[in-house]
Amino acid sequence: MRNPPLLALIITGFAVSAAAPYLYRLLKARFVWFGAAFPLTLFTVFMLRYPQVASGVPVRERWSWVPSLGLDLSFVLDGLSLTFVMLVTLIGAAVFLYASVYLRHYEEADRFFGFIGMFMTSMLGVVLADNMLLLFLFWELTSISSFLLIGFNHHVPSSRASALKALLVTGAGGLALLAGMLLLGNVTGSFELSSLYAMNDLIISHRLYPAIVALILVGAFTKSAQFPFHFWLPDAMAAPSPVSAYLHSATMVKAGIYLIARFNHEIGGTVLWQDTILVAGATTMIFAGLLSYRQNDLKRLLAYSTLSVLGTLVMLLGIGSKLAIKAFFIYLIAHSLYKGTLFLVAGTLDHETGTRDVGKLGGLFRAMPVTAVTAALASFSMMGVIPLIGFIGKETLYKAVLDVQPWGMLLIVLAVASSAFLVVVTLLVGFRPFLGKPRPELQKVHEAPIAMLVGPFILAISGLLLGLFPDFFVGRLLEESAVSILSQRLGIEIELWHGFNLVLLLSFVTLLAGVGLYLLRPFVLSRMEPLHLPGLVKPSIWYEEALAGMLRFATWLTSALQNGDLRRYLAVIILSALIPASLMLFSSGGFSVTLPADLSVTPYEVALALIIVLATALLLTSDSRLKAIVSMGVLGFGVGMIFIIYGAPDVALTTFAIETLNVILFVLVLAHLPKFTSRSRTTGRIRDGLIAASAGIFMTLTVLQVTSTALSSRLKEYFASASLPDGHGRNVVNVILVDFRAFDTLGEITVLAIAAIGVFALLKLRTGKTD
Amino acid sequence: MHSLILSTSSRYLLVLLQLFSVFLLLRGHNEPGGGFAGGLVAAAAYALYFIANGVTEARRVFRFEPLTVVVAGLGVALASTLPSILGGMEFMQSVWVNTGIPVIGKVGTPLLFDVGVYLLVLGITLKIIFSLAGEDEP
Amino acid sequence: MTLLLALITGLFYAAGIYLILRRSLVKVIFGIMFLGHAANMLIFSTGRLTKGAPAFVPEGAQALAEPFADPLPQALILTAIVIGFGLQAFAIVLFRRSFEELGTDDVDAMRTTDRIEGGDA
Repeated sequence: MRNPPLLALIITGFAVSAAAPYLYRLLKARFVWFGAAFPLTLFTVFMLRYPQVASGVPVRERWSWVPSLGLDLSFVLDGLSLTFVMLVTLIGAAVFLYASVYLRHYEEADRFFGFIGMFMTSMLGVVLADNMLLLFLFWELTSISSFLLIGFNHHVPSSRASALKALLVTGAGGLALLAGMLLLGNVTGSFELSSLYAMNDLIISHRLYPAIVALILVGAFTKSAQFPFHFWLPDAMAAPSPVSAYLHSATMVKAGIYLIARFNHEIGGTVLWQDTILVAGATTMIFAGLLSYRQNDLKRLLAYSTLSVLGTLVMLLGIGSKLAIKAFFIYLIAHSLYKGTLFLVAGTLDHETGTRDVGKLGGLFRAMPVTAVTAALASFSMMGVIPLIGFIGKETLYKAVLDVQPWGMLLIVLAVASSAFLVVVTLLVGFRPFLGKPRPELQKVHEAPIAMLVGPFILAISGLLLGLFPDFFVGRLLEESAVSILSQRLGIEIELWHGFNLVLLLSFVTLLAGVGLYLLRPFVLSRMEPLHLPGLVKPSIWYEEALAGMLRFATWLTSALQNGDLRRYLAVIILSALIPASLMLFSSGGFSVTLPADLSVTPYEVALALIIVLATALLLTSDSRLKAIVSMGVLGFGVGMIFIIYGAPDVALTTFAIETLNVILFVLVLAHLPKFTSRSRTTGRIRDGLIAASAGIFMTLTVLQVTSTALSSRLKEYFASASLPDGHGRNVVNVILVDFRAFDTLGEITVLAIAAIGVFALLKLRTGKTD
Repeated sequence: MHSLILSTSSRYLLVLLQLFSVFLLLRGHNEPGGGFAGGLVAAAAYALYFIANGVTEARRVFRFEPLTVVVAGLGVALASTLPSILGGMEFMQSVWVNTGIPVIGKVGTPLLFDVGVYLLVLGITLKIIFSLAGEDEP
Repeated sequence: MTLLLALITGLFYAAGIYLILRRSLVKVIFGIMFLGHAANMLIFSTGRLTKGAPAFVPEGAQALAEPFADPLPQALILTAIVIGFGLQAFAIVLFRRSFEELGTDDVDAMRTTDRIEGGDA
């Protein structure tokens, strides 16, 4: 059987997601199985490619889409992609299964499956896309689906605010990413990531390189919630728990990390790249760990620990050694598995007990044994207890960090400390709700339905299996991922047991420190109660201030520009056209005025000009309506005379006819015209006069500037020679109007017809007052 | 401002100016003139008549509702594009027929188009003049 | 003469802009007319001037010979004049109707026209 193209899988994914809401309504309870089947099918189809990918031959595909933009539908499935694909589809299956029960009592559960299906497919798109623009497209789709899912409880205002916050932060980052990609495309001339693979030297030596790095990293850091863009993630916990498990811990927030890993070979390898990532990651790791300490909400605890782990992963990429990449890879998988599980467990606890406050939970082991075992397995992995995959992850992490020169000692302290905080979180989330005496208020609590147990349990068991047989399950993928990230194979086996050494000692220290911190927690928290961080150091306050400031600015700008004063609108429009235009004129032509070569004038030309000037002056100063109308007429006839002198009899004829009719029209309304009165104050007149005078001077200069060069128009010659043979007319102007450019004329008379209908409508329009 | 002389002469002027406007229209392809100028002159003729005799009389003499003339003008202009469409040519490519009649000579779609322009300009100008004269209740 | 035309063009623009910034709607309409003339003059003068040689193919000839005035700006201006006339005429009707309805031609007094539905404007 031939494997279906990756593009077909993506399209199918979107199609099924679009159909999911209808299927949910149609199938109701039976949707459970369908929901899980969808990601599992995708998983299976992708696994058909495993042998090829594992043998070191990535799957590549390319369809032309918008060639003029450099946008192709090109996909690549290599070790790194496949790792993410497996995580996305497997955890997706657990989440779909879980959510179809969890959300049964939600009113709009049907659309939830549309959103989460769209997310899953977009996420697959992100990790499969080879074209940067295509990657960006899917990237934004994940941001949008994240927005929709965080705001799923849209009747709750705080939920909407959190959704908007996540969208604005990741959306702004997305724009930065796009800018970075466009720069990169400009520098290299290609948007295909695979063709950038060999261009590392070219890119890092380019003068735009720092800008590219900055922009792409802003994109990655916002998505993966690195300091100082981390604040949207804890708020994203407003989403239903399955969303938190799936998007905001296991997959979407790893898109930024995927991006760094994917671009590592192309634009990495420099001090700028490595150190920025390292510092950002380490900072996030330790600060999120510290912040997690004072949380009481199950999901917020998990959110801060997720931040800390994301920081760790970024830091490992920053270190960039072979060992670090290995640690990155294992830690990534381990975290997705245990954190997804723990979020689902938190959701189950919330679902069954109605609270997420760790202080109110306890002694639930009897009531919820399966959940408790699941939670314990995941927690052990998160704590780094042998023989789970989390243990290997932590061991390799420590080993990689210890190798760093010269900051290894500092980093290991930070890593151990933040791991100790993770231990505190696991104790709070994974054990405390189940241990201790059963609480009287939780008497009626019972185990969750089976569909909510299967998913988390399988994820937790996977953590165990991977820990026991790491090389069998992910060894090949690690090697191939390393090719994508570092462009070399590691040649390292993944082993569970490394013997008694410094790293193992550190693992024990971590556990002990974690337990110690846990025991100290009530005491520390009571001391910290009165402490409040000043707003200045909180990025979330920066965000809120920036948002509020933008709204204030918009309000101010709107009321300043759009105050209902028509004349001010006009003045603003005129000035904002005039100022840039005159800047252009002066910057290109200098302040010099080019006078026409031929300055000779005949007396009648001067007389004509004088008549026009006088008529204008009369009109401007006139206090009588009749005088103004007469001046306008004189002026119009003067203009017509100009047309006659310069060989435009048709135009002149039309002008004369029009001026006649204009005078008639004005005479007709004369009886209704109010008297001319001086309304404006002198200052207003002077201001308007200045605006008008500068516009006039500008136009005069423009005409002089334009006419100072010779016009080379092929049209003039063409019309002159084609008029008679092709247009059968000697009057070239008329032939242009009714033949060569008749389409223009047709448009014009259509406008006139619309004006006639406008007049008709105005006369029909009668507001209550006159009738 | 009713003046017997103006009123009487306007009747003759109306006819003369009408003829002149048609003359302008027809010769426009070779000499100064054309649909725009012709239509405006025709409108001016009725405007003159209206000044002399009042709007009711002018409307009676004109006979048509101006808006109908506008629509007719647009219709004629559009109709002139039909040969090019039906003939499978570029849109609005001109089509000429030699009638062999001495004065008229060749007749083509551009002329028809110009007639449309003439009617439309006449219609809208009269529409506006009549409405401003205040007795425009269609 | 190009210089004179350039000056006249500038004058028309200045007068037009000054007038459309007035409070009286009648003056605004005059301003629109000025701007129409100004734009036509701009096209005409930047299309280069050729004195006394209209673009007509003489009898017996198949094509025009230099010097002759460029017909294209003329054709553009011709349509612009007629459209401008339509606009002015519409503006005059609009002005008259709004004056009938609102009893004022002061632009500044029309800020509240949106509230006319409310009835107390």
